[in-house]
Amino acid sequence: MRITQGCFSFLPDLTDEQISRQVQYCLENGWAVNIEFTDDPHPRNNLWEMWGLPMFDLRDAAGVMMELNQCRKVYGNSYIRLSAFDSSHGWESVRLSFIVNRPKEEPGFRLERHEVAGRNIRYTTKSYAADRPEGRRYG
Amino acid sequence: MDMDTADMTDTVNLREELESVGIEEILTQLDRELIGLAPVKTRIREIASLLLIERIRKRLNLTSEVPTLHMSFTGNPGTGKTTVALRIASILHRLGFVRRGQVVSVTRDELVGQYIGHTAPKTKEVLKKAMGGVLFIDEAYYLHRPDNERDYGQEAIEILLQVMETQREDLVVILAGYGDRMDKFFASNPGFRSRIAHHIDFPDYSEPELLAIAELMLGDMNYKLSADAREAFIRYIVLRKTQPLFSNARSIRNALDRMRLRQANRLVADLDRVLTADDIMSLEASDVLASRVFLRDKPMVRSE
Repeated sequence: MRITQGCFSFLPDLTDEQISRQVQYCLENGWAVNIEFTDDPHPRNNLWEMWGLPMFDLRDAAGVMMELNQCRKVYGNSYIRLSAFDSSHGWESVRLSFIVNRPKEEPGFRLERHEVAGRNIRYTTKSYAADRPEGRRYG
Repeated sequence: MDMDTADMTDTVNLREELESVGIEEILTQLDRELIGLAPVKTRIREIASLLLIERIRKRLNLTSEVPTLHMSFTGNPGTGKTTVALRIASILHRLGFVRRGQVVSVTRDELVGQYIGHTAPKTKEVLKKAMGGVLFIDEAYYLHRPDNERDYGQEAIEILLQVMETQREDLVVILAGYGDRMDKFFASNPGFRSRIAHHIDFPDYSEPELLAIAELMLGDMNYKLSADAREAFIRYIVLRKTQPLFSNARSIRNALDRMRLRQANRLVADLDRVLTADDIMSLEASDVLASRVFLRDKPMVRSE
């Protein structure tokens, strides 16, 4: 099941050129771009691991692409996303965030029904991938 | 390669081409604002012409590799290396060989870390900032410390070399430094030498050139030399050149700053005098002659 989080996630995966154009758009707005990765695709997992620090003061997308390619080399079979932070309000707020890399196979989620008192049911989504220990989730 | 016949008959108007990118403007500005440096200017013109032709070739689908644009500037202190680097960046930008045209100027401090694992992220951060523009490494020979083989400079050099090779279209690296030490640096890092296409040597300025530089600088600051002061300054340049630590245009600029100081002091000394704009603008011979450089001129008397 294809994960749809952040911008552009209902579109086909962006090509590197398209990613680079989006990054350039962010940089021209003065936003700092950050690379994050994770192997826990749960939608409520919003704290992904950071690949280095957010990149401030860049002028050209080539710098971000260089880091992204290095991140892909190491975590090529995980989810990688780019987030752009705008600091113009005095604090960093996310303006744009999109997935740029995903595992070859995305096993998706199962819905767990938890029967509780009074015939009520509580629902939980669990990712099949997260059943395996960290680092071994996507083969 | 099968070539389109239409391409072969396409005509190119070089003049229009040149005007459309507006580098002629930068080159004439370079001629006007930088005095002397004839070999440097010719070399820059050559590079600019090559890039212009390269640009046209690309449009006509006469494919060739992206030319290597990394450069090394060698020359004594104050010969205009940094100034020229800034101009080169704007020429490259106008011709479309760098995308943004910013110049990131760094020295060893910004590239080399202080402990294990500190260098790579530091160098990479600088490289990322310079992407799309020009990375100017001043006094590049400090990156290599031959006496200490565990120095982290080597790590920075390796990262630089790798990016210089693989991301040639993303950034241009300019190494600058004093001639003899750069030669030693290249001798111990042959990788650098071969990755740099343009080695440009900045000659020292001659005395008339230094005078012209001084007048240009004064003009920019709305000062002028009186006729006597000009004579005195010519003598000053001759004497200053023979002294140690002479750094060309930089020494001239410092001398001018000190002359302005003395002029201001002279004017303030006489508070009752009514000054004209001309008085405030002009530097007199006495402002020049008060320099310690002239002390040596007199017979050596060991006083104080």
